[in-house]
Amino acid sequence: MEIFNVILLAFLVICAVSVSFSKNLLNSVLIFMSYSLIMSIIWMLLESPDLAITEAAVGAGVTSILFFVTLKKIHALQSEQQEEERFDEQN
Amino acid sequence: MSKIRKQSEYEKTFAYRFFRWLGGEKDIFVGNMEMQPQKEYVEEEATIEERMKDRQQAMAEVYDGSHNMELRFFKILYKIFSVVFCIAIMAVLILTVSYLPEVGDPNRPTSNIVTETYISDGLGDTGAVNIVTGMILSYRAFDTFGETNVLFIATCCVMIMLMVDEDKIKKNKDSNDRGFEPKNDVILQVIAKFLVPIVFLFGIYIILNGHLSPGGGFSGGAMIGAGMILYVAAFGFDKTEKFFNEHVYKVIKVTALLCYGCIVTYYFLTGANGLECLILLGEPGKILSGGITLPINIFVGSEVACTMYAFYALFRRGGL
Repeated sequence: MEIFNVILLAFLVICAVSVSFSKNLLNSVLIFMSYSLIMSIIWMLLESPDLAITEAAVGAGVTSILFFVTLKKIHALQSEQQEEERFDEQN
Repeated sequence: MSKIRKQSEYEKTFAYRFFRWLGGEKDIFVGNMEMQPQKEYVEEEATIEERMKDRQQAMAEVYDGSHNMELRFFKILYKIFSVVFCIAIMAVLILTVSYLPEVGDPNRPTSNIVTETYISDGLGDTGAVNIVTGMILSYRAFDTFGETNVLFIATCCVMIMLMVDEDKIKKNKDSNDRGFEPKNDVILQVIAKFLVPIVFLFGIYIILNGHLSPGGGFSGGAMIGAGMILYVAAFGFDKTEKFFNEHVYKVIKVTALLCYGCIVTYYFLTGANGLECLILLGEPGKILSGGITLPINIFVGSEVACTMYAFYALFRRGGL
């Protein structure tokens, strides 16, 4: 159990650091989502299941969905087709 | 809401009659206080050219690192100082944490009479087996009432910023995403058909069992809201409008908040004056027990579910 705790905490630190280093906004939101998921498991291990439920629903679910919608509204999410066109233009 | 109403349309509303009644016959806001939409800012071409020239000049003369020694020196200094600043803040924070009392220390200042009273008298006072919910919703019911108000005000602010006029939707359909949705993703629809009922049931279970098992109004409400968002994402807004439109949203939200306020005020008034409270505690462990915890859980749950769905709908298409 101790090892499992250490692994989870290490993942938490890795996620927190890699959010600030990733250039792609979509990847940042996905990493943030996984951060919340790991956090909810840690709440479960800390014997507070009510916080774990809230963290999973709000942190991993609704907040990231709102982020996605906002990114789509400001046209920050590029579809694959657009990216392929860009790739073709560069070459 | 920044919405221009026609005079004839405004005269039908309750607010118009109320203000007439309040001010004696004439309403001072009619004709004087209609809001005007902001004009679009158009830049002249001469100013654009001037700005571009200035910018080029600045880039060439000031921000060129190879000639400007001062700038290069400042950049290096900036990097060094930012690192030093971050390390200093981290050191201060870690030092502060090391001075905090240990977890589980019996002599720490937080383990005083308040905690002991909550743990020993909680079940008898609130009738809720889940001591956390009992504490939040009866000992500290006014705190939670404030939080629920914060949610209400947050949705109001988002509405003010993101709500789109109905007239505007009719004029240009580009700002309205309703036409492009649903995209009829088969995988999403099949999964949503299986998952949404389970998510709803689990959310309702968490709300109704808030005083017996872990969870409560906020967690269950967030879950139901997430389920509704999944449903909308799969089947589009046309289907949700049948059971959840702006009118239903308003009724649920205001009713929940008002009922919550009334129950808490009544509970505290009777408690403080030593009167007998009509809301019985019931037998601990049964579903109909916990005094005011169960109804308040339901109200908080419906409030939170509405908030979550309203955020998504307003972000997505600027309307409920």
